[in-house]
Amino acid sequence: MSETNTALGAALPPSAVLPEVPRLPDRLVDQLAFPPRDRYLQMVEAFKAAGFEMCADLCAVDYLTHPGRTLPDGVRSERFEVVVNLLSMSLRQRVRIRVQVPEVDPTVSSIVDVYPGADAMEREAFDMMGIIFEGHPDLTRILMPEDWEGHPLRKDYGVGRIPVQFKEAPGPR
Amino acid sequence: MSEHDHHDRDPERDHRLEIESTILPAETSEGAQELLPRSGTDASELRREVGAVLRLPEGNYIDPSDIDIERREDETMIINMGPQHPSTHGVLRLMLELDGETVLRTKPIIGYLHTGMEKTGEELTYAQGSTNVTRMDYLSPLHNELVFSLATEALLNVEVPPRAVWIRMLMTELNRVSSHLMWMATNGMDLGSTSMMIYGFREREMVLSFFEKTTGLRMNNNFIRPGGVAADLPDGWQDDIEVICDTILARTFEYDELLTGQPIFRERTEAIGNLTAEEALALSVTGPILRSTGVPWDLRRSMPYLAYDKLDFDVIVGTYGDNFDRYSVRLNEIRESIKMIRQIAEQMPPGDYRVQDRKVTPPPRARIDESMEALIHHFKIFTEGFRVPEGEVYVAIESPRGELGCYLVSDGTSKPYRLHIRGPSFVNLQVLPVLLRGGLMADAVAVISSVDPVMGEVDR
Repeated sequence: MSETNTALGAALPPSAVLPEVPRLPDRLVDQLAFPPRDRYLQMVEAFKAAGFEMCADLCAVDYLTHPGRTLPDGVRSERFEVVVNLLSMSLRQRVRIRVQVPEVDPTVSSIVDVYPGADAMEREAFDMMGIIFEGHPDLTRILMPEDWEGHPLRKDYGVGRIPVQFKEAPGPR
Repeated sequence: MSEHDHHDRDPERDHRLEIESTILPAETSEGAQELLPRSGTDASELRREVGAVLRLPEGNYIDPSDIDIERREDETMIINMGPQHPSTHGVLRLMLELDGETVLRTKPIIGYLHTGMEKTGEELTYAQGSTNVTRMDYLSPLHNELVFSLATEALLNVEVPPRAVWIRMLMTELNRVSSHLMWMATNGMDLGSTSMMIYGFREREMVLSFFEKTTGLRMNNNFIRPGGVAADLPDGWQDDIEVICDTILARTFEYDELLTGQPIFRERTEAIGNLTAEEALALSVTGPILRSTGVPWDLRRSMPYLAYDKLDFDVIVGTYGDNFDRYSVRLNEIRESIKMIRQIAEQMPPGDYRVQDRKVTPPPRARIDESMEALIHHFKIFTEGFRVPEGEVYVAIESPRGELGCYLVSDGTSKPYRLHIRGPSFVNLQVLPVLLRGGLMADAVAVISSVDPVMGEVDR
């Protein structure tokens, strides 16, 4: 783990790795990195060069109702977080990159050029959370219908806004 | 109501609403989920769709200028396949651009089975959560329950007793056998071998009967729960396991006779839908598809969870990454799983099948009549649920379709703050345009089948 940190010394700010994180059974321990938004793509490229062959997962979290979460010093918490799980098969290691994305400007660089497999995952994060991935070649909705309004996994999404139509229930009109 | 008033005065929120009304609707209404004709697609998009952007080694790199993006439109035809096509294993919709019989571009369009299960997961307690996730990949429900339970336990910092660990291994390996048998059956059907379909379903039913005996349900078992498993194995389970192992192992050799050596089957599968290891890694493909390209990556071996490091088994790999390799990897994985199930049955430790922590595990029914505390714990767990310490964790296991991951965020309450499931089928579907490109339309059905997508998990 420390070797990777040295290899990535240029890309990782000293505070990027949070040593004490709540997680337990020994094999589930992942390395964490908290790049600023403008250095996120650079860090992903550095990890790719350091032997992380695969982007295992990418998703977004909306921390609207839980702003006071544990973050390392120097990382300012924002409403959204884009979470990328990279996997190195050669090092048998995972790294989790958590990028803070502010709600006033929910954009972040796309990593599709580095990991083409992130394509569908970024589309899903866009669809569900409204994160805009700059440079994604085809950023369209993937799970919701293309004319859907709003991003369902956001915490302020109006659940129940559209009445469920039961057979006997009165219609909307 | 008061919260609303508070927000209304918040200038940042006003600004966000302004942004949402200006940027977002425009971004979301572009309506380009469909595969567009070449005249409506710009060159970079087109190159991506024909796979030129995949990170390949220098020798294999496709030069974008080699790709004939200027092909005249009247030579090609875009056809729609699905979502109600019987070969699409549910509601997968493909748009294919054809030149005669040859597939040029493909775009999978998904979401027809989206039911918002990740959102639902935020409204259910951890105790209820496994009933939700078990419905995602309905062919391997126990793997979904397992990954959710492992993530919850990692945040809770509880260690489940050894017997629970081994019961979990037994059940998930049986589930892998049943899932691969189901795949063998549907793959046979897609290739026109309806007898394989009947046989696959017949053998799968043996496993499902055992599930019904153990868990009460054939599918969507809700058996593996945070803290252990729901019930101990039934009396005489060793005999059932022995019958299942003997029968299915013998049947796999019958499949060999039926399919593996059969010229028609080999014609339909060999050198169809080829994939290289580099392409598979670039596209985040996992599971049997990745192993069929020759990459020996199996989380049970490479990053062992449960007690897989105590089992003796082989990781099956292929060579060419074609339909036939994907078939033989899965067929041999059934045999490996049976080998593992036998070892698990031999080594099954005695003891508790769930953690004896009254804050996590409901007390046994009989205790409720005797003890007030037991009644209180029971009531608390089934109404409020148990609280999980704040934190976030990503856990991944090897499901029959590849890396099944669960990213779980807890804010310290009894419901997950965010539940994200990394469905292997969802990610693996990205490989379809690569597999189909340059192949024949008639092989498309066989290729889709060889990817083994489960739409419940793709769309969640």
